[in-house]
Amino acid sequence: MFEMRSDGESHMDKFIYLDNAATTRTSPAVVEAMLPFFSEYYGNASGIYSIGVKSKEAISESREIIATTLGAKPEEIYFTAGGSESDNWALKATSEVFAAGGLPNRGNKGAGDDSLPVRNHIITTKIEHHAILHTCEYLQKQGIEVTYVNVDENGLVNLKELERAIRPETFLISVMFANNEVGTIQPIREIGEIAKKHGILFHTDAVQAYGHLPIHVEELHIDMLSASAHKLNGPKGVGFLYIRRNLRISSFIHGGAQERKRRAGTENVPGIVGFGQAAKDAFETMEKRSAYETELRDYLIARILKEIPYSRLNGHRTKRLSNNANFSFQFVEGESLLIMLDMEGICGSSGSACTSGSLDPSHVLLSLGLPEDLAHGSLRLTLSAETTREEIDVTVETIKKIVERLRSMSPQYEDFCRHM
Amino acid sequence: MKEKKVVVGMSGGVDSSVAAYLLKEAGYDVIGVTMEIWPEESGEDMSLHGGCCGLSASQDAARVAQKLGIPHYVMNFREEFRENVINYFMEEYLSGRTPNPCIACNRYVKWESLLRRSLMLGADYIATGHYARVEQLPNGRYAIRRSVTAAKDQTYALYNLTQEQLARTLMPVGEYDKPAIRAIAEQLDLPVAHKPDSQEICFVPDQDYAGFIEKNCGRAVPPGNFVTADGTVLGQHKGITHYTIGQRKGLNLAMGHPVFVTEIRPETNEVVIGGAEDVFTDRLVCGHLNFMSIPNLKDTLSVTAKIRYNHAGAPARVRRISEDQAEVLFDEPVRAVTPGQAVVFYDGDYVAGGGTILRPFM
Repeated sequence: MFEMRSDGESHMDKFIYLDNAATTRTSPAVVEAMLPFFSEYYGNASGIYSIGVKSKEAISESREIIATTLGAKPEEIYFTAGGSESDNWALKATSEVFAAGGLPNRGNKGAGDDSLPVRNHIITTKIEHHAILHTCEYLQKQGIEVTYVNVDENGLVNLKELERAIRPETFLISVMFANNEVGTIQPIREIGEIAKKHGILFHTDAVQAYGHLPIHVEELHIDMLSASAHKLNGPKGVGFLYIRRNLRISSFIHGGAQERKRRAGTENVPGIVGFGQAAKDAFETMEKRSAYETELRDYLIARILKEIPYSRLNGHRTKRLSNNANFSFQFVEGESLLIMLDMEGICGSSGSACTSGSLDPSHVLLSLGLPEDLAHGSLRLTLSAETTREEIDVTVETIKKIVERLRSMSPQYEDFCRHM
Repeated sequence: MKEKKVVVGMSGGVDSSVAAYLLKEAGYDVIGVTMEIWPEESGEDMSLHGGCCGLSASQDAARVAQKLGIPHYVMNFREEFRENVINYFMEEYLSGRTPNPCIACNRYVKWESLLRRSLMLGADYIATGHYARVEQLPNGRYAIRRSVTAAKDQTYALYNLTQEQLARTLMPVGEYDKPAIRAIAEQLDLPVAHKPDSQEICFVPDQDYAGFIEKNCGRAVPPGNFVTADGTVLGQHKGITHYTIGQRKGLNLAMGHPVFVTEIRPETNEVVIGGAEDVFTDRLVCGHLNFMSIPNLKDTLSVTAKIRYNHAGAPARVRRISEDQAEVLFDEPVRAVTPGQAVVFYDGDYVAGGGTILRPFM
């Protein structure tokens, strides 16, 4: 009989962390890089005195590191408070420019110019993060039209449908680099080429991909890219939006002259420094790390699918993030599974951390064509370079026991077995 | 011996917070669970819902759980709640009855669903912060017993729980009165010690039931006629969902004397109006019976019967008239017997059973 842990000990004392897509541990090297910028070099980067200059230099350095990782120029990197802000900025500010009467004409050809046709159409996908989807819903209320393109059963965007959706009014295509729930990596280069061919801007939400996959904005024809530091062992509360040079886009936060007047507010210097350090480390270790994670991930997937009947892997078998595994177990409520895993000290998730707590069926899994009960019962496990094979073994054994127990109490499973 | 594991349904309010504390003190292995029951709403609407199980509920409950040092989880009961409570609530009103959604929520959501999921997690019991007590009687049956405080008695809405459910239920708050519970919360410095009590129907925060139904049921609720018992048309009503038996306010009928709703006729879309004396009756028929302290209804049973939540209760005799129906005869006529509400039978402090009022017997 399966005994639940009931020693009354705090379930924080020892745990296996497999929710790295939600957030990662800030690495000691990052913390160390950040620390001087709290109490030692606390100067405002706009100041002319030396500790202000020190801050300014540190920001420049981070900006350069990050630009280099993308094949971009430093002046194309704009620091924000995170991925969601970057996504909001990219969508809202371009809508403002392209839709009629949005931006006062400051000599930017097109914007506010009645002689050019109004462009008010965005193409995105059904499996974007809510930072994109909810922003699109907001923009629809403002009169912007949005097409949500379908994905196939593996979560890959349908390129033909995407290209067919293009209209003369389309000004933006926004497709995520890699999906946060099922880890599927999109054909970004092909999408970039389609956008380029039709003279449409291309934005990608690369929050899950940046620091985990090589990205070259020129080669991939990316015009805007969102990223967030805490997904690559950096601190929370800092991100960036890459904006291609000469791209017409309005300021997002108005105020001071920070970030080339496009994103006002005193810079989060420690955060930006931490992001720079995290980016540097992530790109230096990327090859080795992703090879390690891929091996461990494949081991996890193989064991689960082999040892637990009626389980399935969600997302693409190979075109997926090296650290992502997402399973559905028939006749198992995902919610009970997650809670019991937590009681055993294993941190997993049902999908997006931003929506769990609500635990409604995942829009991503429904878009992949999963029936509602399976979309309800999914388990996402996302590894890191620190995850060990022993941890995976413990996790697999624990899931096996829990799934067995939950199924033994499921009337549907009983029915199913009777009809076998 | 291994500690018994109990899942406490934590609404974020004072009562269930103290319930969790009392159980922990009593040596149980306590897990807090907040039931998410609201339909998903857009950000702008979020401020509307405050009460029991509202959006601030899980945050409040989480803070309390942290303070008490117990794990806390949020579970999604939206489907069960929509199906068994909201849909039932709308259907009843549209059929001319006045439902009690709390009873349905208790039986089908709080107990059936929460208990099932708690057992899955390995729990032995579920617990709530109701002002009521659960006791096993010498005859082996489990029954709800009135709380020590008449002022906050919540047994009426619990009459429909099954024996299996009661056997797995703890209600520690029933041994206290409200000031004592608040005092415990204050003593512990619980962040919710001063939260006001939740009121009325939780999913219609503005109490505009008719408006809620109109918006959510997907069909029009047409206006119709106010009539007297003999069919004389007195005026137009706004749709039957706006009315309940005994209602006086909001009729907009100038009759020169007080008039009341005495009957709702969904088949003809009529609302029947009468004088004060017409809303009194000494008989009713009820169905969907459930028994607690007694296994069944054999002979005529003398009880105190409550016909709505805030009814003081009146002496009555209960007699079975068919497989699943009973007749209740009151010693004195009672006011506004309302189809759709529950009639609950008390044997002293214990709930003997109850049923749904089908019709008054004029």
